[in-house]
This record gives sequence, C-alpha cells and structure tokens, in this order.
Amino acid sequence: MNKFWRNALRSIGMPLLASLFAIVIGGIVVAAIGYNPLVVYGSLISGAFGNLYNLGTTLSGATPLILIGLGIAIAFRAGLFNIGADGQYWVGAMVSVWIGYHFTHLPGLPHILLALLGGMLAGGIWGGIVPGLTKAYLGAHEVITTMMMSYIGIFLVEYMIEEQNAPMRQPGSFPVSPPIAGNTQLATFLPLNVFQQAQLSVGLWIALAAAVVVWILLQKTTFGFQVRAVGFNQRASRYAGIRVPLYTVLTLGISGVFAGLAGGVQMLGVQHQLNDSFASQYGYTAIVVSLLARNNPFGCILSGIFFAALNTGGQNMQQVSGVPASLTDVLTGLIIFFVAAERLIPVLRAWARRRSPGRRSHPADEGGTLA
Amino acid sequence: MEAFLEVRDVTKAFPGVLANDRVNLSLQAGEVHAILGENGAGKSTLMKLIYGLYQPDAGEIRLEGKTMHFQSPRDAIRAGIGMVHQHFMLIPALTVADNVVLGEEPGRIRYDRKEAVRRVRALSEQYRLAVDPTAKIGSLSVGLQQRVEILKAFYRKAKVLILDEPTALLTPQETEELFEVVRHLKSQGIPVLFISHKLDEVRAIADRVTVMRAGRTVETVPVAGATAQELANLMVGRDVVLRIDKQPASPGRAVLDVRDLAVVGDDKQERVRGVSFSVHAGEIFGLAGIDGNGQFELVDAVAGLLRVARGSIHLDGEDISHLTPAQRIAQGMSYVPQDRQLDGLVLEFDLVENTILRDFRRRPFSRAGWLQRLPALRHTERLMERFDVRPRNPERRAGELSGGNQQKVILAREVSRNPKLLIVAQPTRGLDVGAIEGIHRELIRLRDAGTAVLLVSLELDEILSLSDRIGVIHHGRLVDIVSAQTATREQIGLLMTGTQAPGGSEEVFNT
Amino acid sequence: MTVLANPQLWAGTLSLAVPLAFPAIGGTFSERTGVVNIAMEGIMLVGAFFAVACSHWTGSAWLGLLAAMAAGGLVSWVFAWAAIRIAADQVVLGMAINFFGAGITAFLLNTIFGYNGTPTTTPSLPMVTIPALAHVPVLGWFFHQQSILVYLMLAVVIASHWFLFHTRLGLRMRAVGENPLAADTLGLNVWRLRYTGVIIGGILSAVGGAYLSIGILNSFDVNMTNGRGYIALAAMIFGKWTPFGSFGAALLFGFASSLGNALQGNQVPTDLLAMLPYALTILALAGLVGRSTAPAADGIPYLPNR
Repeated sequence: MNKFWRNALRSIGMPLLASLFAIVIGGIVVAAIGYNPLVVYGSLISGAFGNLYNLGTTLSGATPLILIGLGIAIAFRAGLFNIGADGQYWVGAMVSVWIGYHFTHLPGLPHILLALLGGMLAGGIWGGIVPGLTKAYLGAHEVITTMMMSYIGIFLVEYMIEEQNAPMRQPGSFPVSPPIAGNTQLATFLPLNVFQQAQLSVGLWIALAAAVVVWILLQKTTFGFQVRAVGFNQRASRYAGIRVPLYTVLTLGISGVFAGLAGGVQMLGVQHQLNDSFASQYGYTAIVVSLLARNNPFGCILSGIFFAALNTGGQNMQQVSGVPASLTDVLTGLIIFFVAAERLIPVLRAWARRRSPGRRSHPADEGGTLA
Repeated sequence: MEAFLEVRDVTKAFPGVLANDRVNLSLQAGEVHAILGENGAGKSTLMKLIYGLYQPDAGEIRLEGKTMHFQSPRDAIRAGIGMVHQHFMLIPALTVADNVVLGEEPGRIRYDRKEAVRRVRALSEQYRLAVDPTAKIGSLSVGLQQRVEILKAFYRKAKVLILDEPTALLTPQETEELFEVVRHLKSQGIPVLFISHKLDEVRAIADRVTVMRAGRTVETVPVAGATAQELANLMVGRDVVLRIDKQPASPGRAVLDVRDLAVVGDDKQERVRGVSFSVHAGEIFGLAGIDGNGQFELVDAVAGLLRVARGSIHLDGEDISHLTPAQRIAQGMSYVPQDRQLDGLVLEFDLVENTILRDFRRRPFSRAGWLQRLPALRHTERLMERFDVRPRNPERRAGELSGGNQQKVILAREVSRNPKLLIVAQPTRGLDVGAIEGIHRELIRLRDAGTAVLLVSLELDEILSLSDRIGVIHHGRLVDIVSAQTATREQIGLLMTGTQAPGGSEEVFNT
Repeated sequence: MTVLANPQLWAGTLSLAVPLAFPAIGGTFSERTGVVNIAMEGIMLVGAFFAVACSHWTGSAWLGLLAAMAAGGLVSWVFAWAAIRIAADQVVLGMAINFFGAGITAFLLNTIFGYNGTPTTTPSLPMVTIPALAHVPVLGWFFHQQSILVYLMLAVVIASHWFLFHTRLGLRMRAVGENPLAADTLGLNVWRLRYTGVIIGGILSAVGGAYLSIGILNSFDVNMTNGRGYIALAAMIFGKWTPFGSFGAALLFGFASSLGNALQGNQVPTDLLAMLPYALTILALAGLVGRSTAPAADGIPYLPNR
C-alpha cells in the first residue's frame, strides 16, 4: 500500500508542488515590488471564482482548454508531442463557422452536429495528415511539423477573413466572417441563465463528456490499449503486432480532432463568427493543461479550470490590486518549468547529501546493493 | 623479462555475478596476445577494467612495472593504453582527421585543419593504416572506420593496443588487412591484446593465447603448440553437461520450414545469408552460435519483426514469409524474445495488460474493440498460479517484478495459447538456478505435448541439455545440424567458431 | 515585376531578416551542441525589453544592447542548467521559457513604465548608410539606411561560421552534439561545451530581440516578437543547422514578408505568402527540399557514468 500512496502522491503531488513553487516565487516578486501578495492573490481568486458571473467566465475559458488539452494528452500517451494544436483549433473553428453560416436550411441540432463534425474533421486532418505521415514514414519530428502546420493553419484562417474580398469575409470594415445561423448557437450551460451574462454554453458539457470519452477510449478499448503500448514501448508494440506507423498517424489525427472540436465549440458557443482573435493561443496553454494533468483526462478538467482561472482572475487582479495581469503568464512559465524539472528533487537531494558532513563515500548509491 | 602490461589477481563483482574472479594476464612487449573465451566468459569486463571503465574490487593492474589506478578511460589513454571498442566511438558527421585529433587538436584558437590532416596522414603512413584523412566517417566502410579508431589510439601515443572483437563486423578481406596491420605493429615492437572468440583467427595472428571461462583465466599457452581442438576444449570446458531428464523425442510433421532465408539487419548488413532448416512437432531445435552471428535476426524474421530479404518461411505448410507479426500470432506462432524488458513486456503496463499484450485482439479479451478486463484478469490469475509468478498480484506493473518473474510472465503468455510453434530466445539469461530449472521443465513439457520448439541460446549448456537437434550458426550461415544425442561440447564449440568438423554430420546445408 | 526594382523591397528583406538570422544562428549554436532550443521567442522578448529599459535608464543604446545580451545570457543559462544538469525535457523547457519571457516582459513593462508604453525619449541604435555601398547598383538597395545591427549581423554570420567550423572549440561543440559519449572518453567536458552553446545562442537571440526594440524602433511592446522566434526555428532547420544556411533562410523568409509588405493593398493574399517559411521547413524535414537532419544527439541529455 505504501507504493499506492507514493504513486498517488507523485501524480497529484508533483503538479501541486510545481504550482506551489511558482505561486511562492510569484508572491516574492509581487512583494518585492511593494504589493501585499495575499491581497494580490486574493483578488486573483475572487476574480476567478468570486461570484457566479466570474465563475461562469472562468468555466467558459476552461472549455477550449480542456478539449484541446485532452487531445494533447492522447498524443502524449502515444509518446507524441502535438505542439501545434493552436492551428488545428483555428482550422476547426473556420470550418465550423463556414458550415454554421452556410447550410441555413438545416434544422438546429443536425446543423450543430454537422458544424462540430466538420471542425473535428478539419482539426484531425491538420494534425494527422502532414505531421502524422511525415513522422511515421519519413521520421520528421512532430514537434517541428505540428508547429509549422499550426502557423500555416492560422495564416490560412487569417487569409479567409483578412482582405476586403477574402473568401469568408463579411462585407464591412472589420475582418470578420458572417455570423453563424441563430439555430446553431449553443444553448447556455445551465437553464435559467444561472451564470448571468457569462458566455458559458453547453460546450462545457461537451468538454466534460469528452474527458469521459477520452478516459474510456484510452482505458477500455483496444484502440487505447495500442496507443498506450506505442507510447510506452515501440519495440514491444511491434512485437505485439501493433502497426506503429498507423497508430502514429491516427493518434496525431485524433489529437487534432479534439483541437478542432474545441474550435467549433468556441465558435458556436461563444464567438459566433470568425474574427481576428488569434492571440488567444489556447493551443499553447492547453499543452500546459495536459502537462500539469500528467495526461490524465480528469486531471485535464481541473488543470483546464486552473489556467482559465489564472486568466480571468488576472484581469480582476489588475483592476483591483494594480498588479499587471501578465503576472499569470509568469506563473504559467514557472509552473511548466518546475513540471519539466521534476528530476530537480532527486538532484537536490543528492546534492544535499554530498554536502552533509560525515559522508564522503561515492555518491553512486542509486543502483542495487551488492549481494 | 618483465611484462609490459600485467593483470594480477583482479576480481570484479556485480550484483549477483562474479564477472572476473582472480584474473591473471601478462602481456609481453612486442607480442600479439589473444584472449579467447565464450560470450559471458568475462573478456569484456577484463577489458573495461584495463581501460578504466570499471575499477577492480581486488588485485592490481601494472603497466611497465607501475601499479595503475585508472578512474576513467581518460587516465588509461594518458597512460598509453589504446583501445578499439567493438562498437566504434566515432562521429559520423565529422571527417577522419577531425575524429582522430578531437580533444587534442593542433592550433591555438583556430583549428589548424591542414596540420591535423598532415599529422593523420603521417600517422597512417607510419602504421600502414591507409585512409583518407579528409573523408567523412559516415561514408567509410566498417574496416576503414576501424583503422580510424586505431589511428585515434596512436595519435594519443598509445604504447599498447587492445582490440575488442575486432573482426566481428569485418569482411574476410578486411580481416586479412587488419591482420597485416597487427603484424606491422608487432614488428614495431607494439604489444597488441586481441580479444576474440574465433579460434582460427587467434591461431592465425596471436603468439600466445589466454583462455577465459566463467570469469576466470584458465590457462595461457603459446599458440604454436596448441591444436584447435585443445583450445576449443579449454574454451568450453570439459565439465559434464547437465542433461535434463527427458524422454526421447517423437518428432511429427515439420511445423516450421525455413528455406534459403536471407535477412538484412537494422544496420543494413546482411545478417542471415541463406539458411534452411525445419522444426518438427514434438522436438526442440536448438540454434547454437556465438552472439552476433545472425541467430537473433533469424528468429526475428521468423516472427515477422524483420523483413525476409530472400527465401521463404512456411508454418504448417502455409507460406507466412510476408505476413504481419499479428497474422503470425493468429496462425499459432509464439515468440519469447531475447530482451524481455525491451521487447517482451511493456514495463509500465500491469500484468493483466502484459498477459494480453499479444492477444488483446481476440475473444475473450476484447469484443468489438472493447477490452474485457474481467476475463483477462481471470486468465492472468490462472497463469500466475500455474507459473508461480510472484508476487501474486496481477495489478502490479511488469517493471516492478524481478527478472525471473518477468520471464515467467512472458513464457506463460506465449505458452498459454497452445502454439504450434514456440520460439524462445535466451529464455534463461540472467536468471537464478531455480527459475532456470522451471523454465527448462516447461519447455520439455511443451515438446512432449507436441509443440515445435525453436530455441536460441548463447549458453551452450542450455542448448545441449534441452535440444533434440542442434543447428550451429556462424556468420549468418548454418554450418551444420547435428543430433543432440551424439553431439559433444567440443564438437559444437568448434562448429561455433566456424570450423567445419571433419565428416560425421547428418545433414549439411549450404555454404 | 516593377515591385522587384523597388529598393525598399530589398532594404526591407535585409531588415526583416535580422530578427530571424540572429536567433536562428543562436539556435544553431545550441542545437549543434545537442540541446534542442525552441526558447528563442521568449529569450528575444527578454532581450527586447531589457534593451529598451537600459537604453532609457542609461541614455545609451549601446548599453541597452549590452543589457539585452546579459539578460538573454542569464535566461539561457537557467534554461541550460535545467536542460543539461537536471536533464529536463528540452521542448517543455523551451515552452516554459517562452511563456515566462512573454509574461515577465509584459509584467515589467507595466510595473516599471505603466500602461502607456516605454518613454518616447529612449535612444535607439544608429542607422547607417555606408556611402561606398549605397552607390553600388542593386547591392546599394539592400544597404540604404540600415541599423548598425544589420552590419553586425553580417559580421556575426561570418564569425559564427568561422567559430563553429574553423576553431578548436567549434569542433568540440559539434562533436558533443553528435556523440557525447565519444567526446567524453576523449576528455571533453560535455556539460561545459553544451552550456557554452546554449548561452551563446541565448545572447544572439537576445540581440535579435534588441533589434526589434532599439534597432528599428525605440520602444517595447507586449509580445512584440510576434512569433519571430518560431520562424527563426524554421530558418535554423531550413538552413540545415549552419550559420550561412540560417542566414540564407532568414533572407528568404525576410524577402517573403518584405514582398508581402510591398504588395499590400494590391489584392495579393499576403497571408498565403507568410506561410512560405513554414511550408518550406516541413518540406525540408520531409526530405523533399534537400534533406535536413538534426545533429545526432540533439535533444538527448547526457548523463555521465550511466
């Protein structure tokens, strides 16, 4: 049972510890420039969760993060780093919007489903085809190819609305697409408008359901079994008869499907049209979401809410305490740093041991002992 | 005369293994001295001790009469020891000259490339190691790369040269050229330590030979007076083979039939060069050979993990040469790969998942793409009970088990589907006596139940005690197939070194 | 076609290549020693900010440039420590640096200079037109009214090539990026060489950032690099991990943006033009436009004695 607790502590404790480190360092920085860290963090928390409207805004911001984070987690499980989810998100958003304002004769639900499916497909193609095939058959590293495809995707979407006569541009002075049909706008998360004017749609339900789907997919199906096997050990996977190249393509594709779905949900639920909001960078924050969640689908929900809270709370923090909202980006950077540096703890421990007096033997006591 | 390099009573132990046990060696100035021994005899440990990669637990290493305490290869290099590893330590993207001078480049800040080329050219003329200093390493043949390694040693003023299995990857012509180099070095008075398991080569090049067996130096003899048979005997020992109590085999139909099989390894080299044999139901066919002679590429090809370059593989009369690994599993082929941690298991998976690793596609372990945990769990529990896997907890991750228990899990998995053909590679490597016995008994049981078993092992004893027929592979070719009933250690040992026994074989293929 | 005879197109090409070439060559230094570096974006931002801040405080743009180099060196030293000593995942670390760089510069900008941006009185680096060059036909188009950093860049390209391929230290650094074990047995200090590569890379990236803030402007803006660190990454790969290659790729990418600027309002989809660097990089990686292969040990931490 000792082992069980150690595992549990590792999977929950390490991310918590990393976040705690970052928050403490952030607090020191804030204190150094003359603010009271407690007040600052207090305003951050109340900005994120203080009332139903703020909570709604946080959860709304968490929705795309959770969805994209789930996709990235699937890729990580297969040992693949999908760093280009941002482009997959935007390509998905583009296709969803196009379907959303194009097939106006369709009734609401089929139209919504069609729009979301289109977004998913687009994201999947963007992630799966070029990065997947070049990785599986030519050995091109997916970190670079997904990132490059991401930029290509964003420029493609920008092209669609940027110029006066661009293919998806609505006539007018702003670079926006036409709004989607009214019947494709997603309903609010809870009836009776519990979260007041916060734009919290049923998209959150979709994200929560997606987490369950991902968990089932990974843990309960032969597909997930093969994804996980490939992620842990490619040689053993080959030995087990798994077609590793195929699963590389499929996994990157599915990773993109979730990013595309996030784009669709965001368009149908919140933005209702394409506009020049490419600075959101959900795709990058979502990497942090799945890193902090250690690729656990349910962990993605929590860490998605956490980073969304940093974002919405940051705005409030800036207004109330005067500390710039960008502090939250600093915190994010520090959290990733500490998550990446998980070997920091054993290294520090070994260092402390070397320093402690009375022990001058070789530090090579990590392996097994001599019989 | 005082020895140039002397190893005195050196002992080195690793957890569970006494790799070198009071080893003695004395290398005289100007001699070519071979160290001969089977795989696992302790040769490479001894080399690493001399080269400073390991430090001895007891005993001493003396160079020119002075006791040495090497903490790293750097110390050894500084003291004048030059070593050419079996796996070269070269940088393919750089040129020959760059590789040779790296770490002690001519020039101050600027790297004087011209001077480096000049020095390397001078060295290669001095030691008759013709190689173009400006060529990229990646474009050179293995034989030329080896010359670069030797040049590296002499650029650092090596006074003694150690060659670790230098001919393992060479063509016959390259081997002959290497011998020319060694003879030239000898004529210059430079002692050479030549590690090998190839008898004929040792006899061709060495003045004296020290034979190692089971971590000890057995004897040092002058090559001139020793016959091949004597050396082979020294190498494999005269101990009585522990025959396992077993009934005579009653072989049935040919289950596996391999015809003229050629396989190209991951390194793009042809590792199996036209091998033909068959394995019958109810027999254990042992494949003996020294590591690196193509035996593992051969079984990987049979299992579908390496492509068949030429020839065919038939299973129960059906051509499976181009089936996928999954299809071969479905056809009734089981495979226990040699590296249980790298190939046989997913260490992060629990035992249930590892038990169905190769069977998750079929009922009852999955239905229409859905994993069925409960039947898998029950199946795992049954197998753990039957094969006595400990601790008896199917939810443990495979990585948490001991090596013996890991091997039991793999064997249990492969055996449990009642295969027509079971391939086992190195089934008992690194296991304790109890575990070995259990696995051997299981293999015999399977044979008696009518399974065709193809056994690959580097342990000659294992091959001799389990097999009904023994094929000996050397340099990608099947040298001979002999009956285990009549085979002796000496005979097989000689065949393993590529020496064809005079007459007396029941069926000979190829060459 | 008339657009090709427009001197501004060519001056713009060179000018736009600067903030790509510096970090691309910086990345080359890092990756040649075996440390994958996607952190150029964050380090550029840090460099850009401290260039402006110190230029403002000291009244000297040159001290600003120095401060940028120091800040970039410091950040990359932390990156190097975690990547080399702690053996942390280098891609994840790079992301951390990018988030941190964007956050800390925006944070400092707002806490130090408020929300109205950096002071307009901040000195910037001088613009130089070398008469002898400016009057050479065609070549003169490139060198009209360029920042002093443009000339520094040309020097850095040549110096970097010389350093990597013609000095003892350069040879050793490349060896460590290809086969650290072999280098270690020959007595090279793998860790120290990798630190050197990463920190040189950080300093060069920071200069690229400083070009944006005090080279062509005299102000700092939140996220003003706008993804150039990632284009630099593409330039490094497309340039096959060499200084001249990186510079060539940076020129090509700079030309693409400059052409986009020149054609703006001409009904030409500039966004499609902007995809060019990324598309070319994928093609290069896939082996369709001259195979581009990373140093053999790129991204693999080296832990001695194991």
